[in-house]
Parts: sequence; C-alpha cells; structure tokens
Amino acid sequence: MTSCNIPNTYAAKDFKSDVKPVWCPGCGDYAVLSSITKAFADLGLAPHQTSVVSGIGCSSRIPAYTNTYGFHSIHGRALAVGQGLKLARPDLTVLVAGGDGDGFSIGGNHFLHACRRNVDLTYIVMDNRVYGMTKGQPSPTTESDWDASAMAPPGGTGMTPFHPLAIALAAGANFIARGFSGDPNGTAEIIAEAIRHPGFSFVAIMSPCVTFREEQREWKDTMRKTAIEATKDAAQAARRLMTDDGFNCGVLYRGNRVSYGKDKVVSSKVSDLDAEFTL
Amino acid sequence: MCGSGGAGVMTAANMFLDAAAEAGFYALFGRSSGPQIRGGEAAALVRLGVDPITSVDDTFDIMLAIDWQGVQRFAAELPLSKNSVVICDPAAGDVPEAYVNSGARIVHLPMKDLAKAIPGGRPNMIALGAVAALIGFPIAPLTEVLGKSLKKKRADAYESSVAAVKSGAEAAASLGDVKKVGAPKAKDVKRWTITGNYGTGLGAIRGGVRFCAAYPITPATEVLEYLSSALPKVGGVFVQAEDELASVNMCIGASYGGEASITSTAGPGLSLMIEGIGLSMASETPVVVVDVQRVGPSTGIATKCEQSDLNIAVYGLHGDAPHLVVAPNSIGDCIFTTQWGVYLAEALQSPCIVLSDQALGQSRGIIDAPADVAFVGKRLAAVAPAEGEVFKRYANTANGVSPMPVPGQAGCQYTADGLEHTETGTPTSQASDHTLQLEKRQRKLTSHDYGNHWATIEGEGDIAVITWGSCTGAAREAVARARADGVNAKLIALRLISPIQPVQMGEALKGVKKILVVEQSHLGQFTRYLRGEYDLPAKPEQLSRPGPLPMRPGEIHARLLSMGK
Repeated sequence: MTSCNIPNTYAAKDFKSDVKPVWCPGCGDYAVLSSITKAFADLGLAPHQTSVVSGIGCSSRIPAYTNTYGFHSIHGRALAVGQGLKLARPDLTVLVAGGDGDGFSIGGNHFLHACRRNVDLTYIVMDNRVYGMTKGQPSPTTESDWDASAMAPPGGTGMTPFHPLAIALAAGANFIARGFSGDPNGTAEIIAEAIRHPGFSFVAIMSPCVTFREEQREWKDTMRKTAIEATKDAAQAARRLMTDDGFNCGVLYRGNRVSYGKDKVVSSKVSDLDAEFTL
Repeated sequence: MCGSGGAGVMTAANMFLDAAAEAGFYALFGRSSGPQIRGGEAAALVRLGVDPITSVDDTFDIMLAIDWQGVQRFAAELPLSKNSVVICDPAAGDVPEAYVNSGARIVHLPMKDLAKAIPGGRPNMIALGAVAALIGFPIAPLTEVLGKSLKKKRADAYESSVAAVKSGAEAAASLGDVKKVGAPKAKDVKRWTITGNYGTGLGAIRGGVRFCAAYPITPATEVLEYLSSALPKVGGVFVQAEDELASVNMCIGASYGGEASITSTAGPGLSLMIEGIGLSMASETPVVVVDVQRVGPSTGIATKCEQSDLNIAVYGLHGDAPHLVVAPNSIGDCIFTTQWGVYLAEALQSPCIVLSDQALGQSRGIIDAPADVAFVGKRLAAVAPAEGEVFKRYANTANGVSPMPVPGQAGCQYTADGLEHTETGTPTSQASDHTLQLEKRQRKLTSHDYGNHWATIEGEGDIAVITWGSCTGAAREAVARARADGVNAKLIALRLISPIQPVQMGEALKGVKKILVVEQSHLGQFTRYLRGEYDLPAKPEQLSRPGPLPMRPGEIHARLLSMGK
C-alpha cells in the first residue's frame, strides 16, 4: 500500500514537525519538546508507533509540533484520551503531555484515577504555576500569596498549592520524577526512563513562563539534580516528597505495581453471543 | 405484580417470563420502582400474549399486590378498569383508595398464610401459582423454570417453591373468573428474550465495537453490565471510568487508535459528555454514545421513562456541529439501531448518539428472533502519500469523508484536533479553512444514503402518526385498532433523527392530510423538532405528555378516531 521508506532508526529531529510553535520566546516548553523527541530517539522508537496526547493550554499545543500520531483534545481530558488509546492499542508508546492547569485543575480527577489505574503510559506536566494562554491567572500549583499579576487577587489566592508528586504517590502512580526544562539532556533521560518503566509514569517538569512569571528565570539557579537515589519504598518516598523544597530533579520513586489491563483474548465469535438470548 | 422491595416481585416476574418463553408465549415486562436502592416498592408490569407484543396495554387485567407498602405511589402507572381484578392479601391491610376507586373487583388470597403452611414457602411463589392458574397458564413450564434456577443449588428451596406455586394455583379456584391468555402458538417460532439495554450492548458488538468506557447511571447501567462481560469474550476492552467526562474521552482515544468505541449513559451523563462529543465531531474521530433517556431535567426521576433528551442530543453541541442521532423503536430494534449507529459512526467518522429510553432499555421482552444484519463498522482507510508529500487527514473529498489512518501506519502521522484545522490537520484561524471544514463535515452526513432505515413506516392512510422511541409500540397498536374501526393511518417512527431526511419524509407524507405526533415530553420537543426541521403538509396535532406515564394505545386510538371523522 505504501512505497515510503521506513528507516530503521530515527533521530530526535525526525520526531519534530515543521509547525511553528505558538510559544513565547524564552518559554521552557521548547526545551521540553526537545527532551521528548530526544527521549523517543534514544529509545529507538519510530514516529508512527508513538503517540503524543494533550489537552488545552500553551504546553498542550505540543502534539502538533511532533511528527508522531498526536491528539490535541479538550481541556483537562488528555489523560482520558491517552488511557483509552493505550488500552485499545497496547502496542503503541503513548505519552500524555500538558500543563498544570489542564492536569491538576480541570483534569484533577482524571489525574487521581490515572495514577490509581496505572495504565502503561507516561504523563508529562510542564508546570509553570500560571495560566499562560489566558494571560496570567493563578493555577493549582501557584504559590498562595502570588499576586504579581493583575489577574490574581490581591494577596494571592490564599489556597495551598497542589503538590503533584505527593498526590501522585498517594494516588498510586508507579513512577514519579521531577525534571527541569533548563536541563534538557537530564530531562530527556528521565522521560526515557519513565517511558521504559511499566505502568503510569508521572514526570513533573518545571518549565518557566517568562512572560507571566518573570521570576521563574531564577529556576536555572535553584533547580538541582537530586543527590538521592530513587526509592521503591512508598513511605520513604512520601517523607522525601513532603520535606522536599521543590527544586530536586531526578527520579524520586519507582514502584513495582503491575500495569492495568489484560491481554486481549478472543474466546467467542460474535454470533456465539446470541445463545444467551435465544429460546 | 407489586409489593415492597424484598417481596420478590421482580424474581417472580422474571420466572414467569422464563416460563412464558418456554411455553411459547410472547411478553413484555416493564419495571417500575421507587428511588430506594434496595427495599423500596417495586412493580413488575407484564403483558402476556400469544402474538408479538410491542406495547403496554390501556389497563391491566390483574393486579397482584403481595403487600401494599408504598404501592399507592404506582396508582397512576397501574391503570385498572371495572373488568380488572385486584388480588391482595387480607393480612396486608386495607386496599389503597386509588385501587378501590378504579371499580376493579377486589379478591383476597392469603398469600402469607398459605406460604407459612409450607416449610420455606414464600408469598411471591403463591402469587405466581395463583396468577398462572387464573389466566390458564400451564403450570409445568413454571415448575421447570424453578427446577432450572433452584434444583442444583438449593434443592429445599426448589421443593418449597414448587409446593408454593401449586398451593397458589389451587387457591386461585376461589378467586372467580379472569380473562384467559389462550393457547400459545409460538413454541416452534424462533424467539428471543432480551432487554433493550442488553440488546444495545449486543448491537454494539455486532457493529464492531471493541472498546467501551462507561460510568454507572440509571437506567443505562445494564448496557455497561452486558458489555463488561461480553466485550472481553470477543477480544474487546471494557473500562469503568471515573466519570462521564473520562468515559467519552477514553472512547475517543480508543477510537483514534482504530477501535470502534461506545459509551452509555443517561441525561445527566450526556450533559457531561457533550464537550467530548463536540471533540469527536470536530476531530472526526467516531464514537457512539448511548443515552437511555429517563425523566429529566437534572436528576429528575432516575428510574422512569421520558423522551425529553431530544433537544440536547440534536442541538446540545456548541458551534455548528452536525452529527448523527438515531433512536431505536422497540426492544429488538435496540439491537439493530445500535449496530446501525456504530456502522454509520465509523463510515462517516462522526459521533452518533443513540437515543434509547428507559421503557425500551429496562423492559424485557419475548420477541421474534432479530435478524442478523450485515452492518459492521468500517472506516475509509488511508494510504501513505508519495515521498515529499504531506498526508492530508482532513482532505476535502467529494463526499466529505477523508481517509483515516490507524496509528502505527507509517507516513500518515497527523494530529487530531478540536481546534479548527487545515486539510493536513494544522491549526488555523482563517475564515476560508473554517468554511471548508464546516462544509466538508456537513456534506459527509447529508450526502450519505441511509436507505430505508431512516424510519419504520407501516400502513397507508391520509392520517400519519409520527412518533419515535418507546411510543412507537403504542402508536402501532392504536393504528391497528383505528384500522379495524375504518380509520386508516400510516405509522412513521423516525429512527434517524439527525441528519434530517427531507426527501424521504416528503415521499412518506405524500397523500397525507393530517398528522398526529405522539411523544413523551412536556415541551413537545419532538413536535417542535418536526415543525422546525421538516416541511410538513399540515400543522400536526400533538399528543404528548411528560414521563413517567407511558403513552397508551387507547388514547392514541381515540385521537385517531376523532381525527378520522
């Protein structure tokens, strides 16, 4: 049917499309896109056997900037679409990506249940602690006293920021890591490991919004590679996460839960189903 | 047959239906219950006959009350006449006024005492035996059914149940005469027994569905119940999702992956799914959404029927979003229409809403075996473009259907998008791209040939009864009665609600001078839809009311006679 040549190996650039991103200059998401495509290439994947699924928001624009099968869906539902795709097509590599508002606010319930369900996919959240696409409202991960934007209430929201990694752990995610867009190679390594790890892998990537959170430029000085080895012990991981200052990057937890779903086995013909109703 | 929860009304009625099936009868068994999870009042509404039955009747011949707890709440749903008989236990106390006022003959059957006389005996089995004897229903198939369900597991329960049925049958001799059912004639006819919701599940699988994500909701839960066990047998996947938003979007994801997918819900869940259905529509990723309608708005009356989700199903999506809406019109048709819906969704890469309703979904019928039709969903496959050319996922083809690749296929990678897009799938905000895609998406629906499945059309006459869903059975029976009275009417039950079929409707209405629309909605949503979308030859008369009371043949018949004058 097709005469196109399928190469044996792909470089990171083969996973990029030529659609120009809508992102602002200096946005951390450019580097995350590079980390993702590098991870795909490093894993020896092929674009047509890989899928990137997202919701809505600045970072959720990412599928169109890849050359994989992509789905830019609706706000908050990326994990639902991604899980459906992976369960229907276990042979594909599925990566779900988006932002902190998409994943933790409107999509918060799906995040909890995706962690619980443990479908074998990787979820990347590019966290910039702000709604960028709508120009600067506080997000679930925004500091409670942040009011630098005219869009934030004076004195801040007063709401405790969402702790994605601790919540992921409590909800049952099987792999938890933090990356930083300022370290694209380190982040690519983390993403590759997340994809290899069975079950639901969650990677929070601190990705500055230099437009609405100018101060996040300082992250390049504060983010650091964690000196601690990843643990398999959820209790230990919980203690680390709850005492963590939010700047430690690396793999923090590797669980050993079995992935959700059974192998598809055909045991009946469709016409066999009639018997139950036939007199 | 009615009583408080735990009285065994539904168990007895199901056994009765099993026996009727065995003996060669046809039947329709609807259920009505209070809102309680367990232990509330329940009524099993059974119509039995020797010929196929697709409708409730005007009144019940027999009302059997095992007790009166909460049963007065069903009074409006249990119409009786002076020809009816109410069988009740004197120990259960006074007969509620509504039933006394009906003029029905009231007779006493001491079900509790008779049951007590048998070790392990239960009043519902006494009731079963009494009803059977009264209507001339053979006892042998009843005891056979008891044997099948009880003998192996609980021999003592089997003995006591058989004894109770026989005791009830003997006691019936003192209850006077009741209309007899007649000799069954369908023993050798190929028949099925199935509920509409199970039929919907079966139709989905027949149509090629291999993925379902759903969230429990009354009265659609049985679709999920069926698919959760049937899908894995045929190599499919079932997921109980965390909510309806996840359900529909998981289905869209699975469908993007190449699997025909379905979810099922009721009104509140459909409201939640609407944004996802819009995504399916705009990204041209097929998905089938079953809405087993119940009384709305909001939580409404969750256990009972109404046809008031028509507006949201047809008009609920934001933007200009034409899509498929189909509606089954009998229990058996739940199989066909869902199967057809899957086929259409896949062929046209569109969401398809299947508007079933509680009266179809949760009723169990003994019906003629449904045909196994050839509709199996198939998408227009994609071919990878030549070297150097870009794959156009949303190519502007003549019939509007664009080739759709399956992930894994090299050279056809694309990003499905709810953002307006160009032919290649790249986001765009240009007027010309928007117009092109709007026209393409509409054209694929309007240029498709839906054949004669768009409606069930029966009979000829200068009056047309236009109806849909579970009202169809009553309308059919009314048309037959009117014909016997010399008034000829044509039945048109719409199966394809959207897109409209103006040419076919014009054909069907040729020579028609008067129109009666029959529906179960307070606002008359179906009448408004017909008047708004179709060029009708006459202003239709409207026979509609909200749920939960079903439309009955008698009232439609009466209206037809007055229209025929």
